Parts: sequence; structure tokens; C-alpha cells
Amino acid sequence: MSREPLIELKDIHKIYQMGEEEVRATDGISLTICRGEFVAIVGKSGSGKSTLMNIIGALDVPTSGEYDLGGEDVSDMSDDELAEIRNKMIGFIFQQYNLLPKLNLLENVELPLLYAGVAAQERKERALASLERVGLKEKWKSMPSQLSGGQQQRVSIARALAGNPSLILADEPTGALDSRTSREVLNFLKQLNEEGNTIVMITHDSSIALEARRVVRIHDGRINFDGDVKDYAAIL
Amino acid sequence: MRSFLTMLGIIIGVASVIILVSLVNGYMSSVVESFASMGVNQMTVRLTNLNTRAVSVEDMYGFYEENRDHFAQMTPNVTVNATLKNGTDSLTSTSVGGYSEEYLDLKGYELELGRNIQYADITARNKVCVAGAYVAQELYGSSEKALGETIKVNGNAFRIVGVAERQDEEELEEGGTDDFLWMPYTTAAKLAGTADISSYIFGTADVDETDACKTLLEKFLYEIYKDEDLYRVRANSEMLESLNEQIGMMSAMLGGIAGISLLVAGVGVMNIMLVSVTERTREIGIRKSLGARRGTIMQQFVIEAAVTSSIGGIIGILLGAGATGLIGGLMGISASPTPIAVIISFSVSVGIGLIFGYMPASRAAKLNPIDALRSE
Repeated sequence: MSREPLIELKDIHKIYQMGEEEVRATDGISLTICRGEFVAIVGKSGSGKSTLMNIIGALDVPTSGEYDLGGEDVSDMSDDELAEIRNKMIGFIFQQYNLLPKLNLLENVELPLLYAGVAAQERKERALASLERVGLKEKWKSMPSQLSGGQQQRVSIARALAGNPSLILADEPTGALDSRTSREVLNFLKQLNEEGNTIVMITHDSSIALEARRVVRIHDGRINFDGDVKDYAAIL
Repeated sequence: MRSFLTMLGIIIGVASVIILVSLVNGYMSSVVESFASMGVNQMTVRLTNLNTRAVSVEDMYGFYEENRDHFAQMTPNVTVNATLKNGTDSLTSTSVGGYSEEYLDLKGYELELGRNIQYADITARNKVCVAGAYVAQELYGSSEKALGETIKVNGNAFRIVGVAERQDEEELEEGGTDDFLWMPYTTAAKLAGTADISSYIFGTADVDETDACKTLLEKFLYEIYKDEDLYRVRANSEMLESLNEQIGMMSAMLGGIAGISLLVAGVGVMNIMLVSVTERTREIGIRKSLGARRGTIMQQFVIEAAVTSSIGGIIGILLGAGATGLIGGLMGISASPTPIAVIISFSVSVGIGLIFGYMPASRAAKLNPIDALRSE
């Protein structure tokens, strides 16, 4: 496994202005994640883990600090540049799946390719291949509402994989699923990681975090644990 | 569903404006037409002849001959109150008058059968006449049967030398456009027991020159009478002018009403657009998180708005045109969609659809994707 850094966060601060009050959502976070890692970021709600995820996911820019993603400084990119970075580098898996209800599975999975400007024929092939990986190729004509929660989450994984991103960012991927389908999804993420994909998973649930290889715990906007999953298990 | 409601708003707006404007336009043009058929080229002169100052038929003809480039026809006009009889059948409502040989041309009528009144008839005061189709029909059964027959006008025997072509295609009615009898004005004057002819009808050569013609006549008459109260010149086109004025006012009012109905439709469209884009903020968030640029999202929404508005607009035009034809048919007027109504209503409602598709989408596209995703 390569040890080349994919994500390099240097002293990231994110400050929200809530009326008179300043809220420091992240308060000086430095973190390096290398290619091929499977990292869980845990923290209670309000710990700043969501803010951190937004910054890692290029959904938001930090107030101060530097963020390099795949060697590019993302920290003060424009809206459209961030969109391009998200499109090319990051595959998102959301708690609520976030599939578009009016599009069928194929069209949903095709979306990131569409925004990347991939030609129609290739787009369809890659999207179908991606659906095949999650075992839903046969259902490509179905609408999201016709699927179970677990299946929908698999479609959103297929969508995340379609653009062949450097990073898969999963935000509470099992949050809306029962324990059996949660296991399925987690196993699938593990498998993806074994195939060489870099995965960052955000969760509030320590038992889910234990499925990763490395755990980063956020508390009050700072990292208060960063280490191997075995060491994390030991302090629980 | 939303796009259907948007379309419905536009359909109703466009269709109602087209129907309203086209129907009223059709109605107004039919009114104008019926006025125009009364002869906008005609100008009537009424004189009050005194012993000291008088204008004779010869004077009028002299004036007419001098101004032939302005006037196309001229005729003295002697109205006779008369009962027409053929055997025991009689007519009392017929408009009986004496005119010159140019009256037929002045009215723009054609003869169906026979000949017109001639100059020789006027000089000889011949008891000949041209009958309208109604008179021929009522007293003789048909134009063919009437031609050459004798008709009693207040007891005097006249020969029908010509029958005019039927004017009213729909029906021949008492007091209608076909209920008339024309004779030489000299004969009529004798019949009426007057030597003084006080009424004339002029036909202008060019309708647009009506004012100039009227001035010419008034100048001529003033030089003789030196008193404006002794003569009166009235142009039929003046009536048309005042009618046109009223039509202008009605058009303005109509424009206002049409504008209001477009506005109401526009507000409906605006509401639906605002709601639909707000509800789709989440979709915008998803698309942005997958890498859609702001411009791409704007493009999608504007195209969607343009397509729904245009489809609605086109359906509205078709519906409006269809309903216009239908209602126009029921009202008995020929109404067709006016291009201006079609263009304005279409562009205004599609414009509203675009603007209110664009504005909220632009706001939503500027949202941070996370905020957009969080919205439910």
C-alpha cells in the first residue's frame, strides 16, 4: 500500500458567526490521510466532525489553515473550482442516500459523469459497470422509491464509485439502515478499501468506527485521538 | 404536477388575452365595416334657399364641374313621401327619392337588370325608376317580373327601367338596404310639388381628402350665402372619426383588462415557480455535491422554465385561437387572433416564467451545497 498523502489538513480553523458569538467549529485541526487508508472520524454531535467532513469534502472552505487534496490547495478555491474538485476527486455517500427521486438508477449514477463531461455512451457503460459492482445492474431502470433503504444506499455507493474518485467520503453511511443492512454496507466499504480505495467515514457511533483501520476522534473542534483502530478499541 | 400548474397558469393567461383582444377587435371591425358600408365617401349638403340668396341646381353643377378632381359623383337629392302600388299590393315604408344618374355609382351599387336613370330622363322629367330588390320582390315576385312593369307612385304611373342588385345577402326586409325606389330628381321635384332643391350628395374622389373637400364646399357656399346658418355640409366620415375615437378608448380599456389578466396569470406562475424551486433546493444541493457548477444548475432550471412556459404558451395560443373562432362564430362576427395579442401575451407569460424560474434558482445555486442539502 502506498504511503503517499492524499489529504493534508494544516491547522484548520472554521469559525461561524452566530450573531454576536463566534463559534469555533474546528479549532486548529491538522491531519494527514494517505492513499489507501480507511479512516473513521468519530465525534458526538456538535464536536465539529461534520464541519471537518464538509471541509474534507470540498463542500466548504476553512476560515484559516491550509487544505491540500491530492496535492492541490483547496482552501481558497472558488465555488466552481470546488465543484470540479468534488466531481473529479470525491465520491460522496450520504446518510439519506440523496438520490434524485425523479431519475432512474442509471441516470442517478450517471450524474457525476454528466457533470464531468463524459460522453453519453461511455457514461452509460461506466454507470452500468458501477451498478454491477453493487449488484443492482439488472434494476437500472427502477426508480429510487422502488428500492429498499439498503439498496438505495448501494446505488449511492455506485454513484460515488462511478467517477473513479481518489477519495470516498461517507457521512453516517449506516445512519438510516437496520443492523443487517448496515453490516452489508460496512463490509462493502471494507472491500472497496481492500481494492485500494481511500475511504473516510464520518460517524457518531464508535462501534461503527471500529470497522475502519484508523480512527480520528474529534472533541470540541480538536482531535483528541488519532491512531490505529486496535488502540481505539482499547480506550473504549 | 408543478410544471403542469405552471403551464396551466400560462395557458389561461395567454388564451384569455387572445380571446379577449381578438373578440373585441373582431366586433369593433365589424362595427366599423357596417359604418363604412354606409358610405364614408359621402358628403351631404343641405341648403336653405332665400329669395335673395339661393343656390340653384345649375350653380351646384357648376361647382361640381370645376372641382371634378376632388369629387367623383354628385347628385341632387329630393326625398318623396310616397306609397308604392302594383294593383292592390302596396308598400309605404320604401325610401323614394330623386337623384341624378350618378347616384348608382355614388352608392357603389350595380344593376341586376335593365338600365340606370339617364341624363335624358332628367331633362325630360321621365316617369321612370330604378327599384331595389325588395320592392321588386314584394310587388312583382322577382326582379325579372318587375322589369318593364308599371308602378304607381302616389298614383302616378312610373316604369321600372332597372332593378338594382340585391345588397343584403341575408334577408330582404322592410326598411332595409333593398327597400328603395330611385327616380330622376327633376321628376321627383315635380312629384313633391317643389321647384327648390335643397339637398345634395357628393362623393369624394379620395376618402382621405374629406376635410379638404368639405372646406371647398363650405367656401363656395359661404361666398353665396354669407351666412353659415343657411347651409350645412356633413361628411359621413366624421361619424367614422368619432367612432374611431370610441374604438381607441375601448382598445385602451381592453388593453388594461388584458394586462390585468396577464398579470394575474403571471403572479400564479411566479408563485408556482418560487415554490417549486424552493422545494428543489435539496436537489440543487445534491447536484452541487456531485460536482455541478453554478452555471450548469442555472442552465438546467432556466431551460426547464423555458420549456414549460413555452409549451404552456403554445397550448394557450392554440386554445385561444380555437375559442376565438368558436365564440366568434356563435356571436356571428369574424374574429381571428390578432398577431399583436399573440405575441405580447406569449412573450409576457414566457418572460415571467423565465424570470421567476431564474431568480429563485439563481439564489439556490449560490447556496452552499451543505445548506442546500440540509433543507427539507
